[in-house]
Amino acid sequence: MMTLDRRSFLAGASTLAALGAPAILHAEDAIKIGEVNSYTAQPAFLKPYRQGWELALEKVNAAGGVNGRKIETVFRDDGGKPEDAVRYAGDLLDAEKVDVLAGGFLSNIGLALADVANQRKRLYLASEPLTDALVWGKGNHYTFRLRPSTYMQAAMLVEEAAKLPAKRWALVAPNYEYGQSANKWFKDLLKRAKPDVEFVAEQYPALGKIDAGATIQALEAGKPEAIFNVTFGGDLTNFVRQGTTRGLFEGRSVVSMLTGEPEYVDPLGAEAPVGWIVTGYPYGDLNTPEHVAFRDAYKAKYGEMPKLGSVVGYETVNSIAAALAKAGSTDNEKLVSTLEGLKLTTVFGPIEFRAIDHQSTMGAFVGKIALKDGLGVMSNWNYRDGAKYLPPDSEVKILRPAG
Amino acid sequence: MTVLSPDILLIQALNGLASASSLFLVASGLSIIFGVTRVVNFAHGSFYMLGAYLGWSLTHRVMTLGAPGFWGSVLAAALIVGAVGVLVEMLILRRLRRAPELYPLLATFGVVLIVQDVALAIWGPEDLLGPRAPGLTGFVSILASRFPVYELFLIAVGPLLLGGLWLLFRRTRFGLLVRAATQDREMVAALGVDERRLFSSVFFLGSALAGLGGALQLPREAVNLNMDVSVVVEAFVVVVVGGLGSLVGAYVSAVLIGVIQAFGILFLPKITLVLVFLVMGIVLAVRPYGLFGRFGEGEGLRSSVQETVLRPLSATSRAVFTLAVLLIAAMPFFAGDYAMGLIAELLILAVFAASLHFLMGLGGMASFGHAAFFGIGAYGAALAFKGLQWPMAASLVAAPFAAAFAGLVAGWLCVRLSGVYLAMLSLAVAQIAWAASFQWVALTGGDNGLLGVWPPTVFASRSGFLLLTLALTVAALAALRIAAFSPFGYALRAARDAPRRAEASGIDVRAMQWAGFVIAAAFAGIAGGLYAFAKGSVFPTYLAIGKSVDGLIMVLLGGIGSLTGPIIGAFAFGGLEAELMASVAFWRAILGLVILALVLVAPSGIMGLIGTRIVKAAKPAAPA
Repeated sequence: MMTLDRRSFLAGASTLAALGAPAILHAEDAIKIGEVNSYTAQPAFLKPYRQGWELALEKVNAAGGVNGRKIETVFRDDGGKPEDAVRYAGDLLDAEKVDVLAGGFLSNIGLALADVANQRKRLYLASEPLTDALVWGKGNHYTFRLRPSTYMQAAMLVEEAAKLPAKRWALVAPNYEYGQSANKWFKDLLKRAKPDVEFVAEQYPALGKIDAGATIQALEAGKPEAIFNVTFGGDLTNFVRQGTTRGLFEGRSVVSMLTGEPEYVDPLGAEAPVGWIVTGYPYGDLNTPEHVAFRDAYKAKYGEMPKLGSVVGYETVNSIAAALAKAGSTDNEKLVSTLEGLKLTTVFGPIEFRAIDHQSTMGAFVGKIALKDGLGVMSNWNYRDGAKYLPPDSEVKILRPAG
Repeated sequence: MTVLSPDILLIQALNGLASASSLFLVASGLSIIFGVTRVVNFAHGSFYMLGAYLGWSLTHRVMTLGAPGFWGSVLAAALIVGAVGVLVEMLILRRLRRAPELYPLLATFGVVLIVQDVALAIWGPEDLLGPRAPGLTGFVSILASRFPVYELFLIAVGPLLLGGLWLLFRRTRFGLLVRAATQDREMVAALGVDERRLFSSVFFLGSALAGLGGALQLPREAVNLNMDVSVVVEAFVVVVVGGLGSLVGAYVSAVLIGVIQAFGILFLPKITLVLVFLVMGIVLAVRPYGLFGRFGEGEGLRSSVQETVLRPLSATSRAVFTLAVLLIAAMPFFAGDYAMGLIAELLILAVFAASLHFLMGLGGMASFGHAAFFGIGAYGAALAFKGLQWPMAASLVAAPFAAAFAGLVAGWLCVRLSGVYLAMLSLAVAQIAWAASFQWVALTGGDNGLLGVWPPTVFASRSGFLLLTLALTVAALAALRIAAFSPFGYALRAARDAPRRAEASGIDVRAMQWAGFVIAAAFAGIAGGLYAFAKGSVFPTYLAIGKSVDGLIMVLLGGIGSLTGPIIGAFAFGGLEAELMASVAFWRAILGLVILALVLVAPSGIMGLIGTRIVKAAKPAAPA
């Protein structure tokens, strides 16, 4: 009885999901993307992501779709739990008959989805998850990733960190895989670039539960000359506020992952940590024609500035559409071979999905936090092409056993 | 190397004290509410979060007023939250006073879900940074270090509040009644005290304290949507470590936990995940009733399921069961892959819920950490399959053994306690197991989990796996039923209903409970092993608090008074959640409303509503 109810139930739901897209009239012959993400668990990042996604979808379909077919998306919320993501991936493949899978924010969910994709022989384009394992240690034939990985962002920051006079470094990172591998790469690469550095304190607060005062004191105890920060979200906010009051950042350079992303710097308002060297997204000052067009369209549709998530959602759809168009088919094996080496132009510039490890060469912006109109923004920034911040192919082959 | 000068140690101690005050604010309210009403209030963290959000909104309205505006807002936020607490008490919990004692917990869980979505709808998804407290924005120099003035203020708030509450409870008539009700609420009622007013006022006080705690966090941390769950668990830990019903105990334990946490960060930075639970585990192992608790407090949860009479299945029920099994077995002929996958998952959850029911319903041991055994079963199967390259059948057999072994250890610790203490110790054990699965990366893959645990051969298809799951589920549920009606099952229930009489008639109560614990763990392990193959992967979330809570919800929703209850509960809750998540954005609020509606309509669970074997709920449990 349950199965009967749910058919009609879901039919209604997917119709709702697709309302934004004019594809609705041709729903039966539309190409379907199944998208699984932690919408209720990570709303701050995923709302702009979803908006960017829908903007791109609208654009692609307004131009007539791909290969004469509209594209339609079926969204699912995994609530932040990998086991539910696996269930909905199955739901999308079995009941919704989607052609490809996409999505994922948390790394473990990205890996779980990648494993389903591998098992079911379906293309999975991971948009957000940063873990290196997704394309290296646990990489597989069907999984690709758009965003610059933990390794790439750490490598970009190491380049800056190595220019600083500081020799004594303290590190703080959330206690899970992302934080740990960010610290590991930062230490490895910085040691390689500058053999005389020392790491004098390391802190691993539980994600979302930083005890900022005690953590800062423990960092202070190491008497560092510079600090590498990987915390983000609420942890970052608390860390910055307490650290500022306690003078942790005075006379010290801070190098920080992701802090220049509006998602994480905006909540700090005027308390944004001026002078930190960060990776991020200078949405207000990036005036390339591609980005201006995107920003204007986004502002017109949603009445707000895009965030990094918006770009990621937007370019995920564009990447899939480009692959579909070039392959001329929804055959997943064909799509995989098309994506290997596929080049396209994004709002950040040209990127390529590398054949060797399925990682895109989308880069990130590196700059310094400054204050403008009571809000933290990036200054003195420049774009770092992801292609330059990946290990040599010989190393990648060792890192990625799947080939 | 870290240089430990005296000023660093001093500052770290102060950091610990500041955290302790924050913890105490929340824990004191929880303790007062639990003491008088015996409600395990999961929504207490939601009140804390509401206090923070309301404080944020109010302070932003009156920014221009400076200090009076800020402190007025904090106070107003606390009062509003207090009023919300009264509303929850009057509209929901009051109606459940005659229900078995764990049912209010189910209702408060519904409130948690609703508040999460309401907060998201009102305040949006982004973290909100509150203003600094006017007049307390700076720092003082202590030796060579800087320490924020606001933290000093917080350090003072804890003892001041403790003193204020002490005066309230020792010097006023209200306090006298609260203390009397904490000790024997039936006697207080019999003496003519208006229980309703007392309960409402206690809820007001407790919730307002939570709201105050939340609002006072504004100057130190960003307000966010995850504050509720993270704080409520810690607050429970503080209350239990301190000893239920003791405010002094709560303060001492808040200080203990705050300071240990601060120094833990200094010396063992990676231990932050689990330190609090380690402290609780050690305290409860040494002092089973907490630092300041007395024997007998917190027995409530245990007596909640007394006098449930189990009856064998009626002819009608047998027919219904047989029909359901046949229907599921026939699914490969008419249902789609997704439906079969979902039903397989619900069957597995039914085994998990039934194993928890065996522990709670028959053994009288409410566990807040049962997911540990589910997860250990899943890891056991996955490691046997992937690590040792065992065949699937052998890996599935390994699962219950791994879980039973863990149950042997955990059970030995837990069965020495009862009621809330047992529940919280089981939570501590589960959290330690969770932290191990999270941080023992070489074995478990850490939070990235173990992948590629897909069933081979005929079981790779949804229909094959469904039939396998159905067969094992029916076998497991039948085995649990047989155990319940065996002499062992009767002895277990005797130990639950009348431990002293059971002892007197020669039953080794602890041995029975220990055995019950191990059996429940083993069956949770069976479910976990199947789950690993159903999902193709295993993650630490399988052991997390959320999964344990899910299990509790399923058991309570179905009805604790019958063996069928957990099966119905698993299908109702698991199915509802899966369907809602797939189709509605605000699924949490809807799920919360459904749970509330069910609890109010059927205060003994769905099986109680169906009604042939209604729990004899009319009798409130007598404090021991």
